Amino acid sequence: MSRLILPYAAPDIGQPASLFPDYRSTVARSPRQAPIAIPQTLTEVTGPTDWSRLMGPAMADLTIQHKGEPQGQRIVVTGRVLDENGRPVPNTVVEIWQANAAGRYIHAKDDWPAPLDPNFTGVGRVITDELGRYRYVTIRPGAYPWGNHKNAWRPAHIHLSLLGPAFATRLVTQMYFPDDPLIEIDPIANAVPMPYRQRMVSRFDIGTTVPNWALGYVFDIVLKGRDQTPFEDDHDDDH
Amino acid sequence: MTTTTDLEARNAAPRQDSQDPSIFGQTPWQTVGPYFHYGLPWKGGADLVGRSDLGARPDLMPPEHFLLSGSNVSGTPAGEVIALAGCVYDADGKPIEDAMIEIWQANANGRYASPDDDRADIALDRHFVGFGRASTDRDGVYRFRTIRPGRVPGPGNSLQAPHVALSVFGRGLLKRLPTRLYFADGEGNETDPILALVPEARRHTLIAQRKPDGTWWLDINLAGENETVFFDL
Repeated sequence: MSRLILPYAAPDIGQPASLFPDYRSTVARSPRQAPIAIPQTLTEVTGPTDWSRLMGPAMADLTIQHKGEPQGQRIVVTGRVLDENGRPVPNTVVEIWQANAAGRYIHAKDDWPAPLDPNFTGVGRVITDELGRYRYVTIRPGAYPWGNHKNAWRPAHIHLSLLGPAFATRLVTQMYFPDDPLIEIDPIANAVPMPYRQRMVSRFDIGTTVPNWALGYVFDIVLKGRDQTPFEDDHDDDH
Repeated sequence: MTTTTDLEARNAAPRQDSQDPSIFGQTPWQTVGPYFHYGLPWKGGADLVGRSDLGARPDLMPPEHFLLSGSNVSGTPAGEVIALAGCVYDADGKPIEDAMIEIWQANANGRYASPDDDRADIALDRHFVGFGRASTDRDGVYRFRTIRPGRVPGPGNSLQAPHVALSVFGRGLLKRLPTRLYFADGEGNETDPILALVPEARRHTLIAQRKPDGTWWLDINLAGENETVFFDL
């Protein structure tokens, strides 16, 4: 039986290439041959939606996971997950991980001399509502040095991972902050050409800011969209 | 004169950012980096049929900071239980110990647990989601326990050979690399519409071989002589 497959869009012009030599780790870790174009099949246009069975319930407040409160600037991050046609992506999981306020990850391989925070892990997970909206509370991560080149520093960022509705809509990205001068000299952010790089920058918003509590940032995330539903004739309908 | 109400209504001047309609479009990919282990691969993420801890790397963080949920498999799915494994290598043939693999596959009947697979005549399996996530270990090896998938339709009237969709992530990978795993003895490999698009000399990079212990083994070479075929998605 022939099935109608509505494919998702190709990567747009704002997507980075796999090889970006300024980010040195890409040199030994990117394919040399061009990827092979394939038609999207049922495999690519389906995807896991039973996220709670896989990952468990939401963890939307990263500041209440331990005995005490973490150090740092408390922030609220909110926004919508949309497809590139502007339609909300409801009931999809956004996985979150980040460094602490000092720019240190709770990871055995991160050993630069910034303090760990026993009250901060830096992991979370939120689910979009019917309008594609999400919201979480965390602390603003710090910048940190890395070994890419002499005096290399990553801009403050929050890692985000989204499944979306299909295998084809998978996205892992990093959210940056609007007032960070390190973005324009960071090789990872710079793998994305301007102006598309700015799609990864959140917006400070006084309306999201909670009085006497936390600064607010807004960040919409845009997944690949599906081609518009083809016109279906309705000759068989009763009128 | 400025009133208090005016002050409360003030917002920062918008700059070009994620909220700017003039650059609206797909959010760009960025790497998972080297420190994703406390954020993504949960215990049991790579065990689609049982309740082991397969897939996680709890050795890479203090135990009180492993906050990801544990395995939630509700029962044994129908079908042949199989082990999938392989080593992820970089361009110099060095194993990559900070990579992550995700899989997506149909159940034993060839049905995806997704609302976009609405073929009601093919049974779902309430114990099988078909999605898994595995960190590579210290030797660069990923391992999954899953069910051998059934065949699913391809373009036109074609039928695809049994396969598992696979994504590779890691430090140094700015975006995931999508590929597929087929089985050396898979029914329909020779007529599979996707394999047919791959130059014959490179098809072997997608075909898992059975080890003496029964494991289906497929190495992933990000570059180099036997560079794995990756797809444009």
